[in-house]
Amino acid sequence: MLRAVVLRLVTTAITLIGVAVIVFVVIRVVPGNPIALMLPPGATEEDVARLTALYGLDKSLPAQFLIWVQGVVQGDFGTSITARQPVLDLVLGRLPATLELSVMALVIACLLGGVAALTGTRRRDTKVEGAIDVANGMALSVPDFLWGLILILAFGVLIPVFHISGRVTPSLDLPFATNFYLFESLLRLRFDLWADIVSHMFLPALALAIPLAAIIGQLLKQSLKETMHLDYVTLSRTKGYGENHVILREALPNAVLPTLTLVGVQFTFLIGGTVIIERLFSYEGLGNMAIDAVINRDLPLIQGIVILFAVIFTAVNLIVDLTYAALNPRLRHGG
Amino acid sequence: MAVEGIDGRGRVRRRAGMRLWLSGLWLALVALVALLAPWIAPKDPLMQDLFLGRMPPFWTPGAEPGFWLGTDSLGRDVLSRIIHGARVAMTVALVAGTITALIGATLGLMAGFLRGWVDLVISRMIDIWMAFPPVLFSILLIAVLGPGLTSIIIAIVVIDWTRFARVVRAEAMAQGAMDYVASARVAGRGRIGTMLVEIGPNVLPTIAVLLTLEMGIAVIVEAILSFVNLSISTDDPTWGGMIAEGRASVHQAWWVLVFPLVTLFLTVLAFSQLGEGLKDRFDPVLR
Repeated sequence: MLRAVVLRLVTTAITLIGVAVIVFVVIRVVPGNPIALMLPPGATEEDVARLTALYGLDKSLPAQFLIWVQGVVQGDFGTSITARQPVLDLVLGRLPATLELSVMALVIACLLGGVAALTGTRRRDTKVEGAIDVANGMALSVPDFLWGLILILAFGVLIPVFHISGRVTPSLDLPFATNFYLFESLLRLRFDLWADIVSHMFLPALALAIPLAAIIGQLLKQSLKETMHLDYVTLSRTKGYGENHVILREALPNAVLPTLTLVGVQFTFLIGGTVIIERLFSYEGLGNMAIDAVINRDLPLIQGIVILFAVIFTAVNLIVDLTYAALNPRLRHGG
Repeated sequence: MAVEGIDGRGRVRRRAGMRLWLSGLWLALVALVALLAPWIAPKDPLMQDLFLGRMPPFWTPGAEPGFWLGTDSLGRDVLSRIIHGARVAMTVALVAGTITALIGATLGLMAGFLRGWVDLVISRMIDIWMAFPPVLFSILLIAVLGPGLTSIIIAIVVIDWTRFARVVRAEAMAQGAMDYVASARVAGRGRIGTMLVEIGPNVLPTIAVLLTLEMGIAVIVEAILSFVNLSISTDDPTWGGMIAEGRASVHQAWWVLVFPLVTLFLTVLAFSQLGEGLKDRFDPVLR
């Protein structure tokens, strides 16, 4: 077990270094000099040279990389060229928005998928199960970007019940000390603010959740139906328990493990989806900032955001693998 | 992934068949429209007329005759732009999909059959690729390569080859352990020869399924890149570009968003259903 964990940590580290190198090389091939964009028209050659030196862009690629790595080790991700603030501050300022959105989407996906799977199992071999299967197939076939647009049309324009842009109504006075608006509004018992934030977050979160909900629904239903044929389930039936009790209390606890593993892996795809969904809903999270950074050629910021995403992805994968190893007795030895 | 499965095999087969036909029909229609775009589009997709801005579709009051699906804010014909946008979508689907399949499948085949250091390098690369958020990666690549159709195709290939490599690698590993491979080797075929002649044909069905799915993904990626304004030049009609414009004016002119969105939705759905249908067809359990 320990050996497996160490090996996994080493490969994770290699992956992160690989990501850092690739981003570093790729964004330095970007045509268009970011320095030229920063200076007012009429700046002299010397001004350009001075700023280039300030951001370290005059050195060779390996030298730049080493300087960057040295900084990162000390928690310094450089300074954003457009915002002129430390990259780490900017990124950490936006991270809570993206985390809240992702977690909300995950919760919605589990609820929707769970309800679909349980209903499908309860009404198996009927038209209801058929309808759920068709809905699952549709939800899976179309990515979050298109669901987002459909939701904007349906619940932002046709029946305008939710907000379709931003994270919170701009005119509201926010008393928050952190950027975890959703969480903090609950802690402060400001339910008026909480409702406003949820009304902004619901559609983007739902758009992200729909494909994952379909996956959960399909897999959980499949393993539930398999479990329903096992002897111990039949036994509890002969004891006189009702169908609902049998599904929820007997079958579900045993059917849920494979789904849990899959949810972990799929969660990283969901986080990746926030980039375009945040853009679509003008939600002020990391992804939206990333797209702006690319358009503005803000090299240090792009670098910081991509690395942060990679860290989140690999961390989620690592946690999933370790949890699975811990939960599955067959993998506990030797792994 | 047998989505249907209500009763017996007959029903599954029939439904899967219908799904294949409907999807194929829609895609054939889109491809035909893309080919014939200059001849069947009722208007010039680039022609602007500010006096005809945001005209509603034909069945609503105030519609302008000749502009069936209305006009956008610059007075351009929505229908003609959708028809011309099909060209970009289909080109990206076919070209990017095929190149991605070729490169990804080759790498996957090599990793899965040759194993050793080849597998080590390719697997590690797949791990690194999986740690990138794909949308952000594609936007970054377009920023580097500059806008244009070629850049989009390159970006899709660079990002999505892992989809093929992962699956084909696993498949090649499974096939490599089979007796027919061993007997081919005993019969004197070289390693590369065995890989190409013996294993290659056996992973083709899998590649065909993945390729169909990849075409749908390519269409979406192009739309997303157009949406963030990084696709081909902003004048040329693309579904994603139209959607971006429609999103911005959704409260004033819903039709600018709805029609390209429906087209894109059906196309992506068709590619995906076609892929799933093919998967069922190739699946020996259902055969």
